[in-house]
Amino acid sequence: MAMPGQQFSADLLGAIWLNNMPHIEMTQHLYRFFPQLKNRVINVPAGSVAEILFAINEIAPGFTDYVLDEHGALRRHVNVCINDAIVIDKIKLSDRVADEETVYIFQSLSGG
Amino acid sequence: MSDMILLGTRKGTLIFDRTNANWQPRPIVHAGVPVCYAARDPRDGTLWASLDHGHWGPKLSRSRDGGATWVDISTLKYPAGARYIVKYLPTPDFNPESPSAQPEYNAATVLKIWNIAFGNANQPGRLYAGTIPGGLFISDDGGDSWELNYPLWNHHSRGGDLFAGDASTANHWNGTPASIDYGVFEPGIHSIVVDPHDPNHIYVAVSTAGVIETTDGGQSWAGRNQGMLNDYLPNPESEWGHDPHFVTNCPGQPDHLWQQNHCGIFYSDNGAKNWKKVSRPNLSVNFGFPIVADANDGRTAWVVPARADSERMAIDGGLFVARTTDGGQSWQSFRNGLPQDNAYDIVLRHGLDSSGDYLCFGSTSGNVYLSDDRGETWQCLGNNFPPIYSVRFG
Repeated sequence: MAMPGQQFSADLLGAIWLNNMPHIEMTQHLYRFFPQLKNRVINVPAGSVAEILFAINEIAPGFTDYVLDEHGALRRHVNVCINDAIVIDKIKLSDRVADEETVYIFQSLSGG
Repeated sequence: MSDMILLGTRKGTLIFDRTNANWQPRPIVHAGVPVCYAARDPRDGTLWASLDHGHWGPKLSRSRDGGATWVDISTLKYPAGARYIVKYLPTPDFNPESPSAQPEYNAATVLKIWNIAFGNANQPGRLYAGTIPGGLFISDDGGDSWELNYPLWNHHSRGGDLFAGDASTANHWNGTPASIDYGVFEPGIHSIVVDPHDPNHIYVAVSTAGVIETTDGGQSWAGRNQGMLNDYLPNPESEWGHDPHFVTNCPGQPDHLWQQNHCGIFYSDNGAKNWKKVSRPNLSVNFGFPIVADANDGRTAWVVPARADSERMAIDGGLFVARTTDGGQSWQSFRNGLPQDNAYDIVLRHGLDSSGDYLCFGSTSGNVYLSDDRGETWQCLGNNFPPIYSVRFG
């Protein structure tokens, strides 16, 4: 714990901040198209689900083309959860993701 | 004579290479991904596959090194504001008055890239792609970027310019069952026929609307369904509402067009100004999906007949290929080398192709057959492939 008046280095502040940022988990199927995401801890700044997905797109260009359609809506067979709740707004992806929450991106089941 | 066959299958792209008389498949690429169409651009050898990802959206995949490596392309998209009038699957409780009284609109999203076609030799980089829901896309940079053809999208036969406002005309483009997997009942462009002598002259075929032609490079389009007959509308000679399963031409005589339609086989020897029904139900040459014309003789074509729309399978358990050499006046059936017992295969619209004296077809039962004598005798290239959506010589 920090003591009153204690000074932190910029690196340490950055690490604490990063660790608090929303964490991303996704289906391994997406690693097939974006191998740079495999075995990588992904934390991105808090914001809307849309902002979260476009932040991942900065790490893996083209990522949003796989999970969103041309209008920016979630594809029909893709699900996004914030912690254990499926996002409500699948069109504009306006649900807010706060620090320390986890975003899950995975396929919705559509057959046996 | 081609040395390559590309298969688009339920589980990926399969490429066969020919060594002397032997055709050997390579290990599958796009493994596990449905590929609804795969073809080789004869101008530069680029290989193309249309990936039908169930979850991640349709993508084109391109190989410029003969299939060793592939790159997915995500640039084929509808522009903002592209809409279409919603169609409804006519289920038994469907009320045709209710939805048609007040058109409903959907924002267009590419659901399936159903067909890829290549421009003329003097148009390097020109490519065409047809989609569900009924868009024709054009690329002039080898597929890096794509643009929707607006005049066809805004055609009066499908409601007019919906970018500008609500429908100004009636929508005559009906849905294709191939769209139901995507949760809609919308039309699709599955055939793109480019005149090898005139790059501004193109036909597209739409399920379910009919054949449409442009002679000015896509600036304007006109229906070409004169002579077509359908069995499922009160007026069998209606201008629209036809269900071409596949339309193609004879490259050497491009005014000779062939159409395997839901309601039979149709032929035109005058550039689709008129169609003539040439199927022969008494010979079991009527229903089916694919059709291919000879490269040089416009009067010669082949089909793989199936039983009927209500029973989409081989006829009486036996597969055969029918050929005409006189513009459909007579048909010969060829069964040598094809299974004649317990065959339930159906060959889909892109599942038959020719190259010189070679023909090849593949079925949804995963069987591939090849002929080197213009369809008269057949050899099996394998029986346990995934369900096959397309067969194209490379």
